[in-house]
Amino acid sequence: MEKQYADILHRCFRCGWCKLPTNYQDFNCPSYLKYRFESFSSGGRMWLIRAWLNGEIKTSERLSEILFSCVTCKNCVEACALPKIKDYLVDIFIAARGDMVEQGAIPPPVRDYLKAINVSGNPYKMPQADRGNWADGLNIPYYNSHEYLFYVGDVGSYDEIGMKMARSVATLLKDAGVSFGILKGDETSDGNDVKALGETGLFTYLAEQNINKFKELGVKKVITLDPHGFNSMKNEYPKLGGNFEVYHYTQVLSSLIKNAIPLREVHAKVTYHDPCYLGRWNNEYWASRIVLGSIPGLELIEMDRNMQNALCCGGGGGNFFTDILGPGEDSSSRVRVKEAAATGAEILAVACPICYKMFDDAIKAEGLEEKIHVKDISEIVNEALRVES
Amino acid sequence: MDNIFEKLAEIVGKEYVSNAKEELFIYSRDPGVQDPHTPDYVVLPNTTEEVKKIILLANKEKIPIVPMGGGLVLSGLTIPLKGGIVLDMKRMNRILEVNETSRYAVVEAGTSQGMLKTYLEKNYPKLKHSLPDAPPVATIAGNIAIHGSGHLSQSEGGFHSEMVTGLEVVLPTGEILSLGSCSTVPYWFSRAPLPDLVGLFLGWNGTTGVITKVGLKLFPKPALHDVLMFMTEDVDTVPDVMYRVTATSMAEDVTFMITPKPAMFEGFQETIISIAANSEEEMELKKKIIRKSLSSYIETREAGFLPIPPNMKAPILEVPQKNLSRFADVSKGGGFEYVGGIIPVEKLPEACRVGIDISQKNGITYSLGGRVIGRLHSVMFFFAYPFNRADKEDIDRARHALEDTNEAVLKMGGIPWKAEASGQRLILKQMDPATYEFMQRIKKTLDPSGIMNPGNWEAN
Repeated sequence: MEKQYADILHRCFRCGWCKLPTNYQDFNCPSYLKYRFESFSSGGRMWLIRAWLNGEIKTSERLSEILFSCVTCKNCVEACALPKIKDYLVDIFIAARGDMVEQGAIPPPVRDYLKAINVSGNPYKMPQADRGNWADGLNIPYYNSHEYLFYVGDVGSYDEIGMKMARSVATLLKDAGVSFGILKGDETSDGNDVKALGETGLFTYLAEQNINKFKELGVKKVITLDPHGFNSMKNEYPKLGGNFEVYHYTQVLSSLIKNAIPLREVHAKVTYHDPCYLGRWNNEYWASRIVLGSIPGLELIEMDRNMQNALCCGGGGGNFFTDILGPGEDSSSRVRVKEAAATGAEILAVACPICYKMFDDAIKAEGLEEKIHVKDISEIVNEALRVES
Repeated sequence: MDNIFEKLAEIVGKEYVSNAKEELFIYSRDPGVQDPHTPDYVVLPNTTEEVKKIILLANKEKIPIVPMGGGLVLSGLTIPLKGGIVLDMKRMNRILEVNETSRYAVVEAGTSQGMLKTYLEKNYPKLKHSLPDAPPVATIAGNIAIHGSGHLSQSEGGFHSEMVTGLEVVLPTGEILSLGSCSTVPYWFSRAPLPDLVGLFLGWNGTTGVITKVGLKLFPKPALHDVLMFMTEDVDTVPDVMYRVTATSMAEDVTFMITPKPAMFEGFQETIISIAANSEEEMELKKKIIRKSLSSYIETREAGFLPIPPNMKAPILEVPQKNLSRFADVSKGGGFEYVGGIIPVEKLPEACRVGIDISQKNGITYSLGGRVIGRLHSVMFFFAYPFNRADKEDIDRARHALEDTNEAVLKMGGIPWKAEASGQRLILKQMDPATYEFMQRIKKTLDPSGIMNPGNWEAN
């Protein structure tokens, strides 16, 4: 990485804008929020990476913790004062992780995550054949010349909450008459978080598996459950020859809603959390809001930190699986659910299975179960869908 | 694991104390050009009680303590010159009270400027505080402790240290003190009418104790803000321009800028006059009065107002200004250094000439400017020099420019603001010996073990 970013690394002033959202409300960098040492801010990372490459500090467990605790949420990119370097910040952190991976100097949870993907094809160490279990009973066909492939990814395939969310989205797509199929046991991990952890070789392998399968089946359009998969397929797969039309499910729903899905009233106060890989990574802030805004009776209350300023759930960059940030009052998921509850909303709407799980756990940790609960956008729409008798 | 580390961990929790090389590296330096000095520990307290326990431990073990806020001073005041403990205060960032009618806030020492700004905008939209031009992570306590100034310094009473209504401090011997009205009654409204002890902790660079809470004046927040820019070609006219504008009492902030870039501004001086008003009518009246005060310059065509398009106005009115941090990347180098000279306004033309001379002599570019403090009772004049962090010779050039500027500021009758240790020595060399001796007596009385930020305000 030294050559790749040689002209940029020294240009960080460590002025600290990166710690805050653009409205300055509170610390918005999840790793800095949790650790509070300057070394865990984006500026601290920039200086330490430079010192590491210069030989002023050595490879160590602490340096590895500092690098791998970044959740790649891109708050720093949004807030940095220096327009000519800001876009490279997270790329630099990922590249530094790549060097750590090459040296074998990675935290044990990162090692275990990558190993599980390598050996089992998924971080849960579950059988590949179980990937399609989430769709049991829904009668969803294997992809066969359908308009869309619905790709659910690791969390949608194996995590209880992710599977529930995948079922909800698939049910809606079916009810709306969308032509789609799934890959069941032929899905491969999208690799987004593998890449974020610096393992570009493994990412390339995973991406090529998916690309080849998609091409073999003649897939042209993909709907993803997960913003992380959406990001890699939309932005990284084309670099490897995988050019597909990629949509996040909220984008498809927003267009279906516009075409007048009949909805009944839902009287609920809802606040929406922007997932980093949909918002800051892909500039998609409106699809979910269009969907929620189309539901009669639903009151959407924004948190003060919304859209570009959203506080990450803490699950990005692989941390959902590695949990380097760990629990605690200053973990961003707990801070975020308190912020959501303070709006008076009874539903925290999400559009990402990782956010869903992170916040579901955080609400329990904060004892907020009586005040607020998490639902994904499709679940809210499902509730509002007028079922014709 | 050493004994001191374990004792510190008992006080703040092991996750908030570090002696790892990575933290020691980062806390050994600030973004300026001062040489690094490595601390032994970095500690992040969460309460005043924890600060007290850390200080008592440090006192017993004779370990230096360096309090740190945002760490953005650029002159090394939070670099631990003699090692020891860097006390990063930013976990203590709770906003404790806002008295809306008496217009003050009480905040913990690590509260950032940005956080208080946002909190007031949301909860008390008719109130604001004076913000420095520093990034929004700069802390309230750090800024008042160095006699900072900001966008209300002209209209609302001078240096930010003059806007302090009270303090809670932990003395170097561990006692927790309330200073100002809060020492006697439940309100933090004022330092008067009591003996003013607050000054013992302002401008002392952390050598007399650790500030843990700050009472700060808040001010009415008019709904409308606008800006005028007055361009002059002769720098000798600028003090008079400032004199006339401040005499109108119509401006909120009066600043000044001279820079060789962009090229269209080379050779000109810009006096930037910010105006706040509660109505369009009031705004127009204020502008009219300010324009009238400068009309003779316009009639003689010596100077004039520059029309400002909306896209230029927005960044000028932004508080704090992101553009100022961008100066660090002027030479694609990641840094700038500056001397803020507190000078009498009549020395402003000389300061401009000296700044340009010094930059030329050292072969670097510059940005010069200033802010009116009070009703022109002084000017905070900054001499800023960008440098390339990857180029040691460039860093040395900026450092030499800094040293030259410190000397020049003193020579012209000003005083370098938040000067680095060597700059402090220059000041002390020129200070009345009786005053210096009194300072040392106070320091010795408050800090008999000499643990508080040693190396600062020391003549030798």
